Amino acid sequence: MRFYEFEAKTLLGMSGVPVSKGGTALTADDAARIAGEVGGDVVLKSQVLSGGRMKAGGIKFASAAEEARTAAEQILALEIGGQRPRCVLVESKQPVKKEYYAGVIYDALAKLPVAIFSDLGGIDIEQVAETHPGHVARVHFSTFSPFPEFKMKELVASLGISGGELNALTRIMSQLAQAFLRYGLTLAEINPLAQLDDGSIIALDSHLDMEEEARDGQAALLARLGIGREETRLARPPTPFEIRGAEVDASDHRGVAGRVVEFDGTLGCVIGAGGGSLTIFDAIRKFGGDPANYCEIGGNPSVKKAAELTKLILSKPGVGKICVIMNVVSNTRVDIVARGVVKGVIEAGYDPAEKIAIFRIPGSWEDEGFKILEKYGVEYCDRSVPMSEAARRAVEKMRKAKGEPEVVA
Amino acid sequence: MAASGSGMFIRCEVDEPAASDAAIAKQLASVCPVDIYADDSGRVRIVDSNLDECILCGLCLEVGPAGAVRVLKLYDGGRLLERPAAAGA
Repeated sequence: MRFYEFEAKTLLGMSGVPVSKGGTALTADDAARIAGEVGGDVVLKSQVLSGGRMKAGGIKFASAAEEARTAAEQILALEIGGQRPRCVLVESKQPVKKEYYAGVIYDALAKLPVAIFSDLGGIDIEQVAETHPGHVARVHFSTFSPFPEFKMKELVASLGISGGELNALTRIMSQLAQAFLRYGLTLAEINPLAQLDDGSIIALDSHLDMEEEARDGQAALLARLGIGREETRLARPPTPFEIRGAEVDASDHRGVAGRVVEFDGTLGCVIGAGGGSLTIFDAIRKFGGDPANYCEIGGNPSVKKAAELTKLILSKPGVGKICVIMNVVSNTRVDIVARGVVKGVIEAGYDPAEKIAIFRIPGSWEDEGFKILEKYGVEYCDRSVPMSEAARRAVEKMRKAKGEPEVVA
Repeated sequence: MAASGSGMFIRCEVDEPAASDAAIAKQLASVCPVDIYADDSGRVRIVDSNLDECILCGLCLEVGPAGAVRVLKLYDGGRLLERPAAAGA
């Protein structure tokens, strides 16, 4: 889940990272009052979860309270990336001498967090890495061992920074990295991290994302920030299809059958099992398939829940077939999922034998499950067929149904 | 009158006089983990909307006289679910 900038700065402030003086305004009057309290020149920033605020006119400057009122009025009326602003952040405008980039992300290949530092801040780090690779330094660190501050010092020093600047930047990199670990973040970025005319270092903008699964563990933090459970904070607003998927999932406490993400494709996916969804989704793409959705099922959803999810996926325009694929299951019963999927297809008015491209869920109660699939003529396979092969067969069936030529992998 | 009901995959039957025995109705409503049986003022009522949720635990087969409660797997030629003890034997 993504934090608004004002929340990110609160979190950074709690972690010791210096941030600008200011506050959030829900009205233009509030903005004028805060600007008066801050004094001097201020910057007003639209609080939306999408990027591109400056280009869209969501960031304005003002040198007096009245100017701030006008700017806030304009910002509050402005929709950016389809989002209305939550509020306006009003902060003192800082005299910037130099801009840096500080970031921490999780490196899935190394299975470790990686701290990234650049002395070219204010622009996308991906662009800097491409055009000025010598200005980007990285270092991995452990999530288990005591936090290695010296590594942050080496990281900053590797770009030729020394003296007091090195010490100040090291401290901020350490604070950012420790916040990353403490708050279950998946992305922690300060860009720009600015050195001011007086030599002090301050976070001017920040982007923090928290791991969705960390929400329960971080309940106290989220309560402090005023973030309710109902706020999904995804990168884009959920589609009606996704909202309906969440309703299906919430309709019954048993298991998971929902968490859908909508895509433009034609192959519906009823997939899951301990990371299986991602693997299967990737396999479908690898074989040239076009998934209509991502989803997660598991933990023994009720028959009704699995049926409703199936119907939802089949209701999506353009979906020709569905594939039902999971890893070997132990806490989900094959026969219960088979009943749910078959029932969903029939209730949607289709023939399971034609609509289900493949059913590949081996594991608990598979014999009973396979009997159901046999009765309805559904192609199924057991654990001797890898998930990737099942995905390939599903893609092939879709291709044939569309009259496209076979692809030899 | 016996109580019975069919889903897409599962059929349940309770013979008389077990279906009108208040103690059996109460017990069936209590043991079924997916609420297929309801105690309807001392009579067994089959909740049709829950039939396909049956997890084949066989707990209902232990209630009342042997054979009075039957669970049939419609996807398996109407095969009767066996009592757990018999299945484990």
